[in-house]
Amino acid sequence: MRKSSEPVFWFLFGAGGVIAAFLAPIHIVLTGIVGPAGGLESALEYERVLALVSHPVTKLYLFMLISLPLFHWAHRFRFTVVDLGLRASKRGIAFATYGSAAIGSILSALVLIRL
Amino acid sequence: MSKATIVLEVLRYRPEQEQEPTFQIYESEYREDWVVLDAINHIKDHIDGTLSYRWSCRMGVCGSCGMMINGEPKLSCATFLRDYYPDPIRVEPLANFPIERDLVIVMDDFMEKLTSVKPWILREHEKPISEGEYRQTPAELARYKQFSMCINCMLCYSACPVYALDPQFTGPAAIALAHRYNLDSRDQGRSWREQVLSTEEGIWACTYVGTCTVVCPVDVDPAGAIQQAKLSTTTDWFRDVLMPWKGR
Amino acid sequence: MRRFERPVPTLWWLKRRAYFLFILRELTAVFIAVYLILFLILLYQLSLGRQAYETYLGFLATPGMIVFHVVALVAALYHTVTWFGLLPNIIVVRFGEYRVPSKLIAGANYVPWIAVSALIVLILTRG
Ligand code: SF4
Ligand code: FES
Repeated sequence: MRKSSEPVFWFLFGAGGVIAAFLAPIHIVLTGIVGPAGGLESALEYERVLALVSHPVTKLYLFMLISLPLFHWAHRFRFTVVDLGLRASKRGIAFATYGSAAIGSILSALVLIRL
Repeated sequence: MSKATIVLEVLRYRPEQEQEPTFQIYESEYREDWVVLDAINHIKDHIDGTLSYRWSCRMGVCGSCGMMINGEPKLSCATFLRDYYPDPIRVEPLANFPIERDLVIVMDDFMEKLTSVKPWILREHEKPISEGEYRQTPAELARYKQFSMCINCMLCYSACPVYALDPQFTGPAAIALAHRYNLDSRDQGRSWREQVLSTEEGIWACTYVGTCTVVCPVDVDPAGAIQQAKLSTTTDWFRDVLMPWKGR
Repeated sequence: MRRFERPVPTLWWLKRRAYFLFILRELTAVFIAVYLILFLILLYQLSLGRQAYETYLGFLATPGMIVFHVVALVAALYHTVTWFGLLPNIIVVRFGEYRVPSKLIAGANYVPWIAVSALIVLILTRG
């Protein structure tokens, strides 16, 4: 086994990057721009969305949609802050960024399970 | 008619007489078909014999004439004056390396990095000569050919901000060459090289800025090589964890 | 022999267009992550009930939030384009000596991208 745990993080980064590349734009358009502006009319009604989101397949989908790009962010941000001049403990930065992504994933799992 | 000229601002550093490098302005003869190296040779021969720099082949093969030309790492023998004329050209030693004298950089670090990845064919067992050569199909050759074109010019190191910020980084050309041997069907050194490459100072330090690939004069694509190495290392890692009985 | 080490400028990423674009590319992940947190809050409000959900939708409709999402969209699109562009340098497809051109692989990503996006619109509006 490799001593380095980097392959795991790189894999999560890559998976999150793919998810973000394919899904982020359309989700931002729908729930961030067109939806709130009223362009989706009844599609964002409470009962409809609740029914749609309560399906286990949707829950799994939403979990991947949120969790993996968080790890994608963590990986990029970890290196970017170092590149931009924060030369503090690299290990500490890695811990903070991947830790935040892990917390975000746990929170999203909790929210989705309760729906 | 007086001869056309072009101004070269050359960074000079003479350790025995100055603390810091300074720019010196030279006015060289200009010819349409001259490259920057021709102008520098002209200066050396006719204007200032004390200027130091490296060069050899004049044809983009030896990789010794790399310089920063208007801030871009380039082979000075492959960079035409006419692309800058009549503006002055600023010539500096390759970035991210210590300066030894004038345009000459200290390349020890690069040489160490290069040998650290053992860029030659590693075998677990050498075949006796009587069994003949290691044969290779054109398709097997094609897998690594691009990465074997490297001329060790170090332009990629000069373009790499990761190497600039952290000189421990193994760097583009060395990793690309390691990858070249890992892809070679005759080589068996991949897991050995992984111990050097799959480290925080190895492939995992790279953030895929991609400028190494842009400046490479022979299209090696070191940035692609590094990401490919990450991919195969990750695949190896998961195979080792999920199927530990499948030794390599 | 004395040698001279040149310091790296703090703002090195402003020295070259490619470095600047690289930093932009990396920072797109921040916008995507912030968006996903806002989206997670939307799901959370949904779990609290109709009132909470509708109040939060109202919050998302404020000009500031719309502006943020437009910026996030630009960032996300930049991520998509750069991601598709870099992918073929990592995943090399070969048939014998022939290597499938990078541009072809990069371009091929846009077909499923548009299809998946259309499918999501369909599911949300018709499903
Ligand atoms: S990879 Fe390209 S730029 Fe780097 S040393 Fe080799 S030839 Fe030069
Ligand atoms: S002098 Fe040999 S590469 Fe330029």
